[in-house]
Amino acid sequence: MATPVMDKAEAEAARPADSPYITATFRIRRFNPEAAAESYWEDFRVEIDPKERVLDALHKIKWDLDGTLTFRRSCAHGICGSDAMRINGRNRLACKTLIKDIAPEKPITVEPIKGLTVQKDLIVDMEPFFQAYRDVMPFLVTHGNEPTRERLQSAEDRERFDDTTKCILCAACTSSCPVFWNDGQYFGPAAIVNAHRFIFDSRDEAGEQRLEILNDKDGVWRCRTTFNCTDACPRGIEVTKAIQEVKRALITRRF
Amino acid sequence: MQIHTYDTVIVGAGGAGMRAAIEATKRSRTAVLTKLYPTRSHTGAAQGGMAAALANVEEDNWEWHTFDTVKGGDYLVDQDAAEILAKEAIDAVLDLEKMGLPFNRTPQGRIDQRRFGGHSRNHGEAPVRRSCYAADRTGHMILQTLYQNCVKEGVEFFNEFYVLDQLVTEDPETGLKRSAGVVAYDLATGEVHVFQAKAVVYASGGNGKFFKVTSNAHTLTGDGQASVFRRGLPLEDMEFFQFHPTGIWRMGILLTEGARGEGGILRNKDGERFMEKYAPVMKDLASRDVVSRAIYTEIREGRGCGPEGDHVYLDLTHLPPEQLDAKLPDITEFARTYLGIEPYTDPIPIQPTAHYAMGGIPTNVRGEVLADNTTVVPGLYAAGEVACVSVHGANRLGTNSLLDINVFGRRAGVAAAEYAATADHVELPADPAAFVLGEVERLRDSAGKERVAELRRELQETMDKNVMVFRTEQTLKEAVEKLAELRTRYRNVGIQDKGRRFNTDLLEAIELGNMLDLAEVMAISALARKESRGGHYREDYPNRDDVNFMRHTMAYREVGDDGSETVRLDYKPVVQTRYQPMERKY
Repeated sequence: MATPVMDKAEAEAARPADSPYITATFRIRRFNPEAAAESYWEDFRVEIDPKERVLDALHKIKWDLDGTLTFRRSCAHGICGSDAMRINGRNRLACKTLIKDIAPEKPITVEPIKGLTVQKDLIVDMEPFFQAYRDVMPFLVTHGNEPTRERLQSAEDRERFDDTTKCILCAACTSSCPVFWNDGQYFGPAAIVNAHRFIFDSRDEAGEQRLEILNDKDGVWRCRTTFNCTDACPRGIEVTKAIQEVKRALITRRF
Repeated sequence: MQIHTYDTVIVGAGGAGMRAAIEATKRSRTAVLTKLYPTRSHTGAAQGGMAAALANVEEDNWEWHTFDTVKGGDYLVDQDAAEILAKEAIDAVLDLEKMGLPFNRTPQGRIDQRRFGGHSRNHGEAPVRRSCYAADRTGHMILQTLYQNCVKEGVEFFNEFYVLDQLVTEDPETGLKRSAGVVAYDLATGEVHVFQAKAVVYASGGNGKFFKVTSNAHTLTGDGQASVFRRGLPLEDMEFFQFHPTGIWRMGILLTEGARGEGGILRNKDGERFMEKYAPVMKDLASRDVVSRAIYTEIREGRGCGPEGDHVYLDLTHLPPEQLDAKLPDITEFARTYLGIEPYTDPIPIQPTAHYAMGGIPTNVRGEVLADNTTVVPGLYAAGEVACVSVHGANRLGTNSLLDINVFGRRAGVAAAEYAATADHVELPADPAAFVLGEVERLRDSAGKERVAELRRELQETMDKNVMVFRTEQTLKEAVEKLAELRTRYRNVGIQDKGRRFNTDLLEAIELGNMLDLAEVMAISALARKESRGGHYREDYPNRDDVNFMRHTMAYREVGDDGSETVRLDYKPVVQTRYQPMERKY
């Protein structure tokens, strides 16, 4: 497809020697079922400072070249979890990936995350992902009378599940998991991370129930410990470790 | 077009919306309509904490908190509302803890607390530890905890439903306005849905994206404010916008005030701790408007850092790395990711960033929306940044916004559901979706040559240049003139995506229209306020003028017989109870 941009040589010639800008090619997986049944690759060349984010490049394309390019985004600094996508074959947040860090001298590929139905361009159906999350009882369960003040929790007990409280539900982990790609019934790493966050919270009293849910055939035993999820997590959560801790808790029933 | 009927409809699924939803769902048949998935809201970007005088680590009480809030807001705060905020703060924090929020803990296992700007012991004597926090992701934890509890309560969400219109009926005899429901656009399909509801709660967040350097999300475009304003309801105190002192240089990404609460220091190019000159007692922890002006004063007087002298440093290098890892992990990572800077050893370049709208849809302390200075619109509620209660007055204190969404989100949810239990549905206006269908079709089919991105760029540049930390009659007039031009050009805007499915091109065009409306209200309100107070600083009127301007601005949209639109300003008295206005020193 034709891309309505300045010719690369022309752009580079027009640029002053001390300009921080480079010309980068973004090879984007396009899909719009209103227009065509099949998806396809489209190249866009953009003039951009390599210290900018992939999200900035996507905005440049959408705002200046092709308004039909469609993706989700909101906060633009890695906290809202909207813009997980597959960039150069790896799941990342577009707003936390700087162009200089992903070999911009070669075409940069951008695709939707895998294992969830693509709805348009980089937008996927998140509903199965959130359903798996909801299925693990992702909320504090307690019995008996509530205290008038706060529940007490030692700093050590609070630290026990600190890592898994960082999850932003971006689906980068779950959609990087080969087991999830092959079987959408698998809860996936993100749901297990959120179960972990409560199972190991000293205030919670429903750990056994959550463990039973994850003991299911589509539960935690499907994990093949490939560490894709840990590599993919933009929050640096040790996802595989959390899954292993849940498995261990299922065997020892200690948590 | 589909028509849905609910008791209560909540617009927005950030902190205020979900806090309201938890209450409303228990009491009435409730739907939450949200432009984004619930956990995507910008509540999640709040970092430093939530204020409450728990007195877990040192002596504190709600009266001191009330005073700090009133003083922080430069006495434009409605003091009855501030008192409710500070009193109910304690239960609001304890409620969140019981819902599961993982606060940091003291050695005794209680909720830990830290210092924050403008929060003081005994009416300004010294900083006090009042901010309850979860590392530097308190907003994230509040958002997650509230969503978790919405899952627990079975709250019904309509995700990626963008509310484009507020349905208001008017009694032909009394002129009394009532809310009949809202009209929403389903982003996935492009279909328009009408939601008839006895009660509507707006909790759709702020409007900071009309600035260029901002901590706000791309999606914070003032949709709720614009929908209500277009229907003839007022907006209060829109000239008051907060510029947070520490945004990442040029990007605007927020670096929490908690960094200074933990001991971080602002330095100019000479390494001087310049806040000592501007605020001898509170220093780096003076209120945000004071610190932002100090930073720009340093920059203007040639003491800014870098080759262009256009920023200052946030210095954390004297703090132990363990403390940064434990208390400020996210913001130190932002510095590494976006600036390539190691905060253990290097200071972080910062500049003030457009952060928070103090103004918004006027409400009383029950969250009921006002049609004028006193008359309530039955069935219409607002809470959080979209609303103006007014607990923040002319300048919000840090940690009071996470508090506001919880206290007034809860109040609005309860009040809306209680109203819905007794009221009947208001009959929908004839052809309720006509306005939205017309706008959507006009934008989608337009052959106009103006581009959304270009108009938005010009809008943001105008606002940064003319309506930011320092304002004058001249800059504001320039802004008003430019905004009129942009609004005219907006009528000729055209988009490229003509489809129905996930048409974010169309969405951005609608958002731009909302921002242009609100920017104009802001500039006109600011032009008329010939004084300096809190976040509104007029270089041509550098002092606070309590004689003429101790009052809230109320802006109304007026449509002339020829269809021309103007903004009419009126004023509303400030509620004063305990505290007489004093000169504000930190």
